[in-house]
Amino acid sequence: MEFFNRMIGRKKSAGNAKERLQLVLIHDRTDLAPSALNAMKDELIEVISRYVEIDPTAVSINIAKEGRSQRLVADIPLRISNRRRLK
Amino acid sequence: MTAKVATVTSGKGGVGKTTAVANIAVGLASLGQRVVCIDGDIGLRNLDVVLGLENRIVYDLVDVVEGRCRLRQAMIRDKRLPELYLIPASQTRDKSAVSPSDMVRLCDDLRQECDWILIDSPAGIERGFRNSIAAANLVLVMTNPEVSAVRDADRVIGLLDAEEKGPVHLVINRIKPSMVKRGDMLSVEDVLDLLAIHLIGIVPDDENVIVASNRGTPLAFDNKSKAGMAFHNIARRLMGEDVPFVDVENQGFLQRLFSGRK
Ligand SMILES: Nc1ncnc2c1ncn2[C@@H]1O[C@H](COP(=O)(O)OP(=O)(O)OP(=O)(O)O)[C@@H](O)[C@H]1O
Ligand SMILES: [Mg+2]
Repeated sequence: MEFFNRMIGRKKSAGNAKERLQLVLIHDRTDLAPSALNAMKDELIEVISRYVEIDPTAVSINIAKEGRSQRLVADIPLRISNRRRLK
Repeated sequence: MTAKVATVTSGKGGVGKTTAVANIAVGLASLGQRVVCIDGDIGLRNLDVVLGLENRIVYDLVDVVEGRCRLRQAMIRDKRLPELYLIPASQTRDKSAVSPSDMVRLCDDLRQECDWILIDSPAGIERGFRNSIAAANLVLVMTNPEVSAVRDADRVIGLLDAEEKGPVHLVINRIKPSMVKRGDMLSVEDVLDLLAIHLIGIVPDDENVIVASNRGTPLAFDNKSKAGMAFHNIARRLMGEDVPFVDVENQGFLQRLFSGRK
């Protein structure tokens, strides 16, 4: 059974438990649902785009964990401005 | 004497709080400490039967709080050890009969009389929990290596954090080494990584716990069982001793080799 599970690449149930708990605890601790996080991302993209050109599909916003505290980490790659490139 | 008040709590029910209070109390008392246990689970008392003292109850916690008896009269002495006492919960009243400030007052009176006050908190995060942590100098959060118990422990740790109650220590109870080995139970490292608080005890799942509660003789009286030893070790750590953790999971080299990818 164990061998079979490994063959088809299925994770041991403890791995499932840990992964699921990692997500659940972040949301319990921050009171931030995944849907709220997505809404925030959309709004951030909108605000930032007013000032600088970015690629909306490359933006990522995650919650990183350090001990019992979490931080919001946003990675927003900037696009090289077309105006400058034309100069 | 100025007792330290240690509360055992968990969020989720049935993870082993009452078992832990009884056994840690026996552990501390056998180290020569004067220990008073308080059953904070008003309406659902259990510490009396786990300690085997149920036939000796005359007065209870609510009687003390409402002034029907003196503190001393509600303290049942366990004759098997020189200095172990129980203040039982009331079985016929509900949690609202006692307030957090009642508990603070009671513990202040008791502090002069003993070295340790151990409080058995009820499950949940309501009145009984608030009562049980009101006077705590330190809190032991108990969990099992299981999804809902870990989640509830995290919630309780968050509440204790917010109230600046602490220090908070973690006890992981009912570890099954064989299940951890085959990857079907969260390991001690997994739980520690998730909860990120200080570990004070790892207690294996042990059939002797049930035998002991059948008899009303906490298994810490008998030094042979694995769980009994684990509770003694917690008592010694509470006394400030640096006791190494027994590797209950016992992951040998071969096992690690064959347990394969994560
Ligand atoms: N290490 C263990 N090994 C085996 N059984 C255990 C262990 N610890 C506790 N148990 C069993 O689990 C059950 C619940 O234990 P206990 O009453 O101590 O939990 P509790 O947290 O006080 O519950 P409650 O939330 O209802 O007050 C009991 O039947 C007890 O014998
Ligand atoms: Mg209990």
